[in-house]
Order: sequence, then structure tokens, then C-alpha cells
Amino acid sequence: MTLPALGDLAVGQEVARRTLTVDRARLVRYAGASGDFNPIHWNERFATEVGLPGVIAHGMWTMGAASSVVSDWLGDPGATLDYQTRFARTVPVPDPGQAEVEVVAVVGALDPESTTGRIDLTVTCDGTRVLAKCQALVRLS
Amino acid sequence: MAVNPEFAGRVYPPNEPYEVGRVKLREFAEAVGATHPTHTDPAAARALGYPDVIAPPTFAVVVAQRAEAQLIQDPAAGIDFSRVVHADERFVHHRPIHAGDRLTTVLHVDAITERAGLSMITTRCVISSETGEPVASVSSTLAVRGEDA
Repeated sequence: MTLPALGDLAVGQEVARRTLTVDRARLVRYAGASGDFNPIHWNERFATEVGLPGVIAHGMWTMGAASSVVSDWLGDPGATLDYQTRFARTVPVPDPGQAEVEVVAVVGALDPESTTGRIDLTVTCDGTRVLAKCQALVRLS
Repeated sequence: MAVNPEFAGRVYPPNEPYEVGRVKLREFAEAVGATHPTHTDPAAARALGYPDVIAPPTFAVVVAQRAEAQLIQDPAAGIDFSRVVHADERFVHHRPIHAGDRLTTVLHVDAITERAGLSMITTRCVISSETGEPVASVSSTLAVRGEDA
């Protein structure tokens, strides 16, 4: 397995795009897997009592799911060296139904010296950016 | 009760090791839709040069959370978790976390600041292997809404 070659990439180039779906069952699963049992992610009554429109996705679910899009493009999840975001907006998750989160990954910068690249992720829900300054520094070949 | 600014600058002693298991990594990978075989198939992970299945990049939050609890669950810190919003998160990986790792974490409280009715708490979890090898650093900022916000 070879990582994407730096020489084949250009700043501004889109390298991956995926629409992720999230429903309440997914949030319960993430709560269990991550140990984040904050009731705003599974309890409608609690969420509305604290002023939210309803149950919202864990920001860390959104961040984690978006990173998989980059990992699949790289072919090696261990090639992500640095990954950061600000949580700009919440992702309300309806019941019944599901929310859709769109992830678009674009080359933000390339560094031939270290053979790394910065991948900038645009992560939106209903056309609104939910993650801000979402960037992954990745190893290339 | 407001967040206690005296906790800023505090560095906690290394916590009890977290032992990374294959089943836990599979469970976490499935939850975030990380379908790459290096998370679940030891042979696929070894083919890429890893000793065992590896964690998705954000799994380190699970390890960090245990250390952050030392601050968040301390009544003296005054953090009302029902008023907490996650503001930002950053992972720096020196190498991927893999099954079989025994990881200790040192929690640093880098800053506690007040801004427009919000208390901003920035923590940094420095995660190392049992032998002291640096593995990852997880930085996180929580915003705590004040009583009247």
C-alpha cells in the first residue's frame, strides 16, 4: 500500500467527498464506544431543557467520521499526524429520520521537505459549516 | 458557581495506564464509520508495518477523557457539565495507538479564561507508552456557559 504521492497533488485539488448519515442509534453507539454519555446526545427532554433544538450529534462523532474520509483516501489511517477542528455549529439529529453531513477534502498545502500535506475539510449540514478550521496534516509519499 | 481560575497551570501526575484492546478499537471504529481493515484485521495492520490493529485518529479522545475527568469531576473546579459546550479539539500523533498499548496520560490545564459570559477551559493530555515513548497529545477547549448566559 502506497500513500498518495505528493508530486501528483496540487493545492486546491479535491481529493475526497462523502455524505455521512447519522441517526439516534448511531449516537447511542458512539456514546457507548467513546464513553461520552452526555444526555444532550440521546435524551430529547434533557436536550430541550438546556436550550437545544433537540438531540444533537457529538462534535467528536462528526470530527471522527470526517477523519475516516481522509483515512480512506490515504489508504492508511496511521498517516494522519495532526488533526484539529473548532466546533462551529451543532448537528441536530431528528427522530425519526437522520441528519446528513457532507465532507469535502481539499489539499490546503504541500510540504516537499517533510513529504506531508495539509488537507482542509469542509464539513457541512444543511449547507451550514459545522466544523471550522478542520485540518489534517498527513504523510504522503 | 463559576469555574475556579486557580486550576489554570495545574499539571496532574500520570494516571493509571489505559490498556488498548482490539475489541474496543473495533467498537470505536464502527461507531465513527472507520471501515479501513487496519482497525479490525491484525494481518492488514501488520502489512502496513504496525504491530497490531491501530486506532482511528480521534480514538485518543477516549484515553484523554479519563485524564480530563480528574479536572472536570473535581467539585472544587466548579465545572457544571450540563452547561459545557465543546469548542475545539486537536490531536497530534507521534505514532498511531495500537492494540496492546498501555498508555499513561498527564493532564495539563493550560488556561482558564473568562470571555463574554463564558469560561473557556483549555486542557492538554500528553499520552505516552509505558516505556515513556511519546504517543499523542490531545488538546481540547471547553466553553462553560455562566448561570445567566
